[in-house]
Amino acid sequence: MSPFLDALLLSAGYNAALVTVGAALLGIAAGATGTFLFLAKRALVSDAVAHATLPGVGLAFIAMVAMGGDGRSLPGLLAGSAASAWAGLLAIEWITRRTRLKEDAAIGAVLGVFFGLGVVLLTVVQTMGAGRQAGLEEFLLGATAGMLFADGVTIAAGGALALAAAWALRRPMTLVAFDRDYAAARGYDVRRVDLAMMALVMGVTVIGLKLVGLILIVALLIVPPVAARFWTERAGGVVWIAGAIGGASGYIGAAASAAAPDLPTGPIIVLVAAGIFALSLLFAPARGVAAAGARHRRFQRRVHRRQGLLALAHGDAIREPYTLRLLTREGLIRPDGVPTAAGRAQAAKVARDERRWAVARELFRDADLAGRHAGLTPIETIFTADEIAEIDRRLGGPAPAGGA
Amino acid sequence: MQPTLTVAAEDGRPVAPAAPPAEAALVLRGLTVSYGESAAVFSVDATFPAGAMSAIVGPNGAGKSTLLKAALGVVPRVSGEVTVFGTPLASARDRIAYVPQRASVDWDFPTRVRDVVEMGLYREAGLFGRLSGARARRVAQCLDRVGMADFADRQIGQLSGGQQQRVFLARALAQEAELYLLDEPFAGVDAATERAIVEVLAALRSEGRSIVAVHHDLATVRDYFDHVLLLNVRRVAEGPVATAFTAETLEAAYGGRLSTSHVGEILPAGGRA
Repeated sequence: MSPFLDALLLSAGYNAALVTVGAALLGIAAGATGTFLFLAKRALVSDAVAHATLPGVGLAFIAMVAMGGDGRSLPGLLAGSAASAWAGLLAIEWITRRTRLKEDAAIGAVLGVFFGLGVVLLTVVQTMGAGRQAGLEEFLLGATAGMLFADGVTIAAGGALALAAAWALRRPMTLVAFDRDYAAARGYDVRRVDLAMMALVMGVTVIGLKLVGLILIVALLIVPPVAARFWTERAGGVVWIAGAIGGASGYIGAAASAAAPDLPTGPIIVLVAAGIFALSLLFAPARGVAAAGARHRRFQRRVHRRQGLLALAHGDAIREPYTLRLLTREGLIRPDGVPTAAGRAQAAKVARDERRWAVARELFRDADLAGRHAGLTPIETIFTADEIAEIDRRLGGPAPAGGA
Repeated sequence: MQPTLTVAAEDGRPVAPAAPPAEAALVLRGLTVSYGESAAVFSVDATFPAGAMSAIVGPNGAGKSTLLKAALGVVPRVSGEVTVFGTPLASARDRIAYVPQRASVDWDFPTRVRDVVEMGLYREAGLFGRLSGARARRVAQCLDRVGMADFADRQIGQLSGGQQQRVFLARALAQEAELYLLDEPFAGVDAATERAIVEVLAALRSEGRSIVAVHHDLATVRDYFDHVLLLNVRRVAEGPVATAFTAETLEAAYGGRLSTSHVGEILPAGGRA
């Protein structure tokens, strides 16, 4: 069997299996919680949160060494990263609320300052005796080589916790994302809902630091919901599908990177997610680019067909080459432009429907009706047989219906 | 205990929070809202009667929507107090349904018509309560009431402006509230929708419910509403439409922005001296 297949079947060694399962769990949690960020149109906040973890990692290491510890304890480092990410979040929230700056400016400022501070602290750590082999720079892009079973448990437990919290808060978070003012009027504390959402994202970021790294975790939070949006028109659907896409990306990406020893895990996972996004963008049934193009062509064909048939009915010449091709292909006109018997029949029907529509607009005087079906929909699909009979009765009268 | 005094009136005189008349649905006292240093709404007193349809009318930038949002606690107020059916706003939330401006949300949001109406039940259902069964039937009834039953499974972006407004109204109906606050419910909707909304609101009034709507069309104020607040940052006039909606008060609210002939159209029955 190929190494990739081995890795997919979790039979490529203990560490590879651990990383693969951990990455899948992380992907599910990131996709599902990232959805709420995406729905609230605040995707970039997660980038600031991720970068704001770095000073916490450095400070936690220094603090643990100062207290006589090893400094490399993962729970300690993660707690530190969570604390500084939370400080970054509060800074963004405070700047947005207390000044006239918009959130994007606040994100830019906080992201830069915290990341810069983090890099300085890592340099300081390098100068400490205990810091040289600390490997703290692994938090930037993630590293899986030395992943322990305990790390896997941390990811699984943290991911499950984030998922459970996201499920519990799905209604307030969806409502605040869709209609903030209405949520506030209903008595929801929208600021606290925002902070809860950010806390979830922060939790996923922190548990993903070891595996994916702080620079790429944002992709795992945002790419799955963006891809999922192509497949569904419901917020709940986006959550489930984003979770599935995130999980699949984590699983496949980690297996692929395990199969070829020098491939970095985090970037491969993100590339797999990006691949799923590209497929969704192109081929999703309703919202995809291909479907939209096909819809547009169908509509264009209907317009041209009807215009051509109306021209035939009025005895006008058809000049548009596309219309000519279309009608010829359907056998409605001969190549020299003369209508066939079928073409004459169709033209007569379209012309009759046109007159019927004119009467129908008089009769029903419904704005929706007139606007929506500007003659393109066959009249039989809009009105019942007796309504059409009534229209025809008016059409057949000696004077056109306009007088009454 | 002495009642606390709050500085409320426009001239700075302290006004005791007197008990509002029992029939008032919404009472505003000295309501002031500011964006930065300038007041968007300044020291507005108003009493919207229960069981009636009231309009908030005024020129662009008069603070109509801001007043409504401040009354709901959606935007913070600098001063003033809000009383709903004689109780403070915080304890009356479940008796109020809000219909925001249609343009205030993203209509490409992944949600169907049915889901939006369901949002009206989130508070009642809590975090984990079921939305199927009886609540789903209520959602269907509310959609039916606004003539949108056939559109329940559409994504909301595929609706016309009027249909979107109906969905928002259905969400408010689902709350089964006593006071309905609507922000420009007739803005940019087709004639059929305007008729449908007026019918629903009139039915609510006949059930004894109270309606307060920000309204922009001066020509229909007399047809639709019983009570009116004319607003231009400050309160210009307030009372029953017959007495408060006159050529003089319109002139005071709009300044020179309304021509005499226009006022003549709005007030056909000799409102102009």
